[in-house]
Amino acid sequence: MNQWKNFSKGFFKENAVFTLLLGMCPTLGVTSSAINGLGMGLATTFVLIMSNIVVSLVKDLIPDKVRIPAFIVIIASFVTVVELSMQAYLPALFESLGLFIPLIVVNCVVLGRAEAFASKNGFLSSMIDGAGMGLGFAMALTILGGVREFLGSGKIFGITIYPEQYGMLVFVLAPGAFIALGYLIAIINKLKKA
Amino acid sequence: MAKTESTLVNMVLALLIITAVAGGSLGMVYKVTKEPIAAAKLAKQKKAIEQVVPGFDNNPTDEAYELTSKEGFALKVFPCKKGEELLGVAISTKTEKGFSGEIKVMVGMKPDGTIINYSVLEHKETPGLGSKMQAWFRMDKGNQSVLGKNPKTTKMVVSKDGGQVDAITAATISSRAFLDAIMVAYNTYMDNTDAHSSATTKSKGGQS
Repeated sequence: MNQWKNFSKGFFKENAVFTLLLGMCPTLGVTSSAINGLGMGLATTFVLIMSNIVVSLVKDLIPDKVRIPAFIVIIASFVTVVELSMQAYLPALFESLGLFIPLIVVNCVVLGRAEAFASKNGFLSSMIDGAGMGLGFAMALTILGGVREFLGSGKIFGITIYPEQYGMLVFVLAPGAFIALGYLIAIINKLKKA
Repeated sequence: MAKTESTLVNMVLALLIITAVAGGSLGMVYKVTKEPIAAAKLAKQKKAIEQVVPGFDNNPTDEAYELTSKEGFALKVFPCKKGEELLGVAISTKTEKGFSGEIKVMVGMKPDGTIINYSVLEHKETPGLGSKMQAWFRMDKGNQSVLGKNPKTTKMVVSKDGGQVDAITAATISSRAFLDAIMVAYNTYMDNTDAHSSATTKSKGGQS
């Protein structure tokens, strides 16, 4: 079905991280552990779905020349909602992600989808597109976070697999993010060709 | 529905409506989340106090008072009492000497300054290196642990600088900052307690 295509396109074929290489700042910044990646991914998913919905609903009311500032205000509002509710109900997660949550505003995946998809499509398609893109982003971040956590500190989701002192510290640090992402993209490209 | 034209009036109106709606709804969300956020912060503070000075039965948050350190930081002091006896104080201290900005630490001390325990509240140190401080300075290995030590007799400086505490491997700057935060708390508390208790001596020669 068409809607399924909208979803799977964002989730895998045009995955924001692995294929489009969008939103690299949070991707590389927060993925030092799988749980951080998942939390960031889900926060972004929520913002993506909500902003896509709102943008698709008001797209005809917004004059073309001011559409970007209008989209940014909409996105920023939802980001602030996420930030406040996370602070209130998930303080532990907020602590590890806190710095990066406001940066969702400038995550080019969110603005990109608002501009490229939601402003041209209807309500339902936009919502599904947001869900697909967002969950794809969350999946990518969780995988990357899991790989880095496993190689760097011997854990996955905080569960120890092997003793921490054998971990390669570099994977927890920034360079490890680039290395791990590079290899992951290579593997995904290989899978896609097959 | 026809697309709205990009005339000046339309543009101003569209942006005005969007920002007004956004502002209004954010105000509502803020109101709803204000109390849970405050509660979460308070719960965290309470947990930290319980961790650093165990066994008290008063409410330290109610009796908290503020001291100003030499650096000009306002430190919150939470007296932890069991009955009438002062078990110790939990001091929320900080330093700006961290590898990337501020480090906030809650440190529990007995009235004579012996460190009972500590808890790192906030930091932006490198994950995997400086972030180890939450566990590092309580591990009983070599001279790592600061627990049960009194800054008066133990030189609270990393061994590299001639002190008696082993720094975190590959994170000397974070370690220095952590010890600095503890010393800020110790010095401030001691300086202010000296004023009305002659039991503690004023001399702190060779401590800094």
